[in-house]
Amino acid sequence: MTAPLLDVRDLHVEFRTREGVARAVNGVDLRLHPGETLAVLGESGCGKSVTAQAIMGILDTPPAHVTGGQVLYQGVDLLRLPENERRKVRANRIAMIFQDALSALNPVYTVGFQLAELFRVHRGTSRGDAKRRAVELLDMVHIPDAKRRVKDYPHQFSGGMRQRVMIAMALALDPEVLIADEPTTALDVTVQAQIMRLLAELQRERNMGLMLITHDMGVVADVADRIAVMYAGKVVEEAPVYDIYARPAHAYTKALLESIPRLDHKGRALNVIRGLPPALTDVPRGCAFHPRCAYAREICRQETPPAYQIAPQRIASCHFVREVLGV
Amino acid sequence: MFRFIVRRLLQMVVTFFGATFVVYALMFAYVDDPYQALVGDRPITDAQRAALDARFHLDDGFFQQYWHYIRGLLTGDLGETITGRSIGDLLAQAWPVTIRLALLSIVIAAVVAVGAGVLSGIRRGGAFDTVTLVLTLIVLAMPIVVLAPLAQLVLGIQLGWFPPTAGRDAGLYELLLPALVLGSLVIATELRVTRTSVAENLRADYVRTARAKGLAPKRVIGVHVLRNSLIPVITLIGVDIGVLMSGAIVTEGVFNIPGVGFNLFRGIRAEDGPLVVGFVSVLIIVFLVINLIVDLVYAALDPRIRYE
Amino acid sequence: MSDLGELSRTAGKPRSLAGDAWLDLRTRKVFWIAAVLVVVVLVMAIWPSLFTSADPRDCLLARKNAGPTGGAIFGFDFQGCDVYAKTVFGARDSILVAVSATLISGVIGLLVGLAAGYFGGWLDALLSRFIDVMLGIPFLLAAIVLAQRLSSDPQSNGVLAVTVTLGVLGWTTAARVMRSAVLTSKNQDYVAAARMLGAGPGRLMFRHILPNSISPFIVVLTVLLGINIAGEATLSYLGVGLKGDAVSWGIAIAEAGPFVRTAAGPLVWPSVFLAATVLAFIMLGDAVRDAFDPKLR
Repeated sequence: MTAPLLDVRDLHVEFRTREGVARAVNGVDLRLHPGETLAVLGESGCGKSVTAQAIMGILDTPPAHVTGGQVLYQGVDLLRLPENERRKVRANRIAMIFQDALSALNPVYTVGFQLAELFRVHRGTSRGDAKRRAVELLDMVHIPDAKRRVKDYPHQFSGGMRQRVMIAMALALDPEVLIADEPTTALDVTVQAQIMRLLAELQRERNMGLMLITHDMGVVADVADRIAVMYAGKVVEEAPVYDIYARPAHAYTKALLESIPRLDHKGRALNVIRGLPPALTDVPRGCAFHPRCAYAREICRQETPPAYQIAPQRIASCHFVREVLGV
Repeated sequence: MFRFIVRRLLQMVVTFFGATFVVYALMFAYVDDPYQALVGDRPITDAQRAALDARFHLDDGFFQQYWHYIRGLLTGDLGETITGRSIGDLLAQAWPVTIRLALLSIVIAAVVAVGAGVLSGIRRGGAFDTVTLVLTLIVLAMPIVVLAPLAQLVLGIQLGWFPPTAGRDAGLYELLLPALVLGSLVIATELRVTRTSVAENLRADYVRTARAKGLAPKRVIGVHVLRNSLIPVITLIGVDIGVLMSGAIVTEGVFNIPGVGFNLFRGIRAEDGPLVVGFVSVLIIVFLVINLIVDLVYAALDPRIRYE
Repeated sequence: MSDLGELSRTAGKPRSLAGDAWLDLRTRKVFWIAAVLVVVVLVMAIWPSLFTSADPRDCLLARKNAGPTGGAIFGFDFQGCDVYAKTVFGARDSILVAVSATLISGVIGLLVGLAAGYFGGWLDALLSRFIDVMLGIPFLLAAIVLAQRLSSDPQSNGVLAVTVTLGVLGWTTAARVMRSAVLTSKNQDYVAAARMLGAGPGRLMFRHILPNSISPFIVVLTVLLGINIAGEATLSYLGVGLKGDAVSWGIAIAEAGPFVRTAAGPLVWPSVFLAATVLAFIMLGDAVRDAFDPKLR
């Protein structure tokens, strides 16, 4: 396999607040290759969005502090770049789209202004040219009547159209990496599919690395190449998408899959995961999942499981990988 | 936008009639002796009585009186004071200096409030923010009757930094101290609203987007946060004009500036009812018009209002 | 995660919003400073003789502008009155007017806000329009007109006139806040539940909606106390407020104005007391608002 575009190693992020220190990210390892779609999956509060924002360098500091690790982009550690260098990476190399496009777009400027701004600031494009590029971008994401709609404000677009504007904005400067943080969660199901199709299409055209952050296993199955499952600020399992559905290797992944309602199990009780994800201010010792885990034994309470390489592209951090896999 | 303006204009017309009616009612409704209500406890001559009748139609019913008063107001006929001077002429002489004073104090207030408000909003809890908060609290606690005489005493007389009084032809320098006093009536609230608004907007999702776009902090704040933060401050200006008008009555009195407030101040002291009613009515019209303008500016700044 | 914390915290003993607010208030420095100031001013208003044995109306022209002596620690003004005694006694009418005017505004605001918010429809439209009209008149301008008319009786000392003026004109903000608080809590599920259980409009309004809408209203009234104290002083300063034998900080400031070049004390001391009193109520309002706002906690 080629060298990864983006290589996150042992990333640590904590939030220092008056109530205490919340360890949102506790040693995340991720790799993203050109043209690949990596889905980062987990419940809310597992640290997936924080990881994304740490890669972008847009965490609010304070309270958030990156306390360790590396974010290598084409071999350069972004965390060590001076801020003005790092700023050039954003939108140019790594771009991001957010969950709720209505609040993520500035309500008082036209979408044309907000698109053109990228060219004006990063490329020094003239006002007229930047406007033209904005129209092209709206065309690219299939917004009808783009010439007229650049003059509209975010609130005048429908939810799906707004998310297209977000995508256009993220792709304006041809980034190699796109991070999409729950891009379809706020949308209707039918619109969700359209947006995912658009993302996939644009990714193919540009051979981009796409990091798709989601809690929706349905979305993942359709588009992802690989999946990284996160729990309590760690990647607990990483595998090609087919493998993970067929044979999960971590007790948490398995429990997640079993909690999806299935038509062929109609009439049976749904398996839900007991309890709630741990508070990040008080992550359990040992394996963070043990209080909710069906496989948990004494060792899970005492020792943090190492990352087992169970196949060329498969990693799982579980003391009972064999039992979960059923071998 | 057009529909918005029309609707807002209609609203203003309703408020205008309502507000003038309320003021008129406050003055004349259910009065045993309207003449005495107008002139206070001084003796009244028959000639004055006749003049008041001609002006206020005090022998007619209340609604007819109001109608005559409104007609006079709309045709620019404000009548005469108790002492027989034309209220319109008085007003015409008084306006220029008051407008200079008001503009100066608005500019001072806006520059200080927005500048300091943005700074303390960005660094909430910092040293600058703490000092600013304490200062605004002190200024907030000073009613104009405290602020104006004390400023005159300390800054004008004891320290001698500013001229302690200003006349009719007062230049910018003479008006600086009164404008500062007047401005500080609204600085504190404007500053606090700016601060809160900036702090809230800094946490907004669109700021994260702007940073993800690789914009420099200066541009994120100056272009994206500022315009959003100013919207609530702009709406505040409408209310502030009323505060400035009230403040001008005392300020112009203290600093001896022969403007609108000063005349009103003297009219109140001399219990000159016609003058007070006339001046107050005109001030209310000005207040309503400025509020209309403020609303239009507000709509221009916030597209969500425009297209409602 | 915070849900769990919330659960365990409230599981032990149910607490009311007011109880929570009080626990929060107790830890705030600003609240204690404000509370001490307010208590001092209140005591001064009720028992001025605790602070001075002098009579503020006992003036001797022979002592005109004299410096501090013995009990008269602030010296004497241009009429030879004891400035300290005048300042201490100035608290009484000031507080009396402000408290009564705030009560009047509170009652009007409460009723108007409740009616507009609860019944809605044309009543709400009418009342809201009326509030708009009232807000179309700068407060002090309306107050001057009304106070001038009410105080035309030369015998009165103006206390009643100023109280009525401030009370009748100052209710708009309170009504607005009450109205929007009622609108918010009216649509809450617990109100719907009470309605389904057969609670009538009166019971709904006063047992279920009012207690949950009252906190922002109380905050507005606290701030209004400060505004009314300033308002009384301003009207008295302008000559349409307290008068005759009334002792008022506003009158004292107005009277001292022309003589500041010879004697600053008679201007400075009532100003300081007036500002400190207004400050106390503003700080109290701020502290109470922060304590009552669960979102900030």
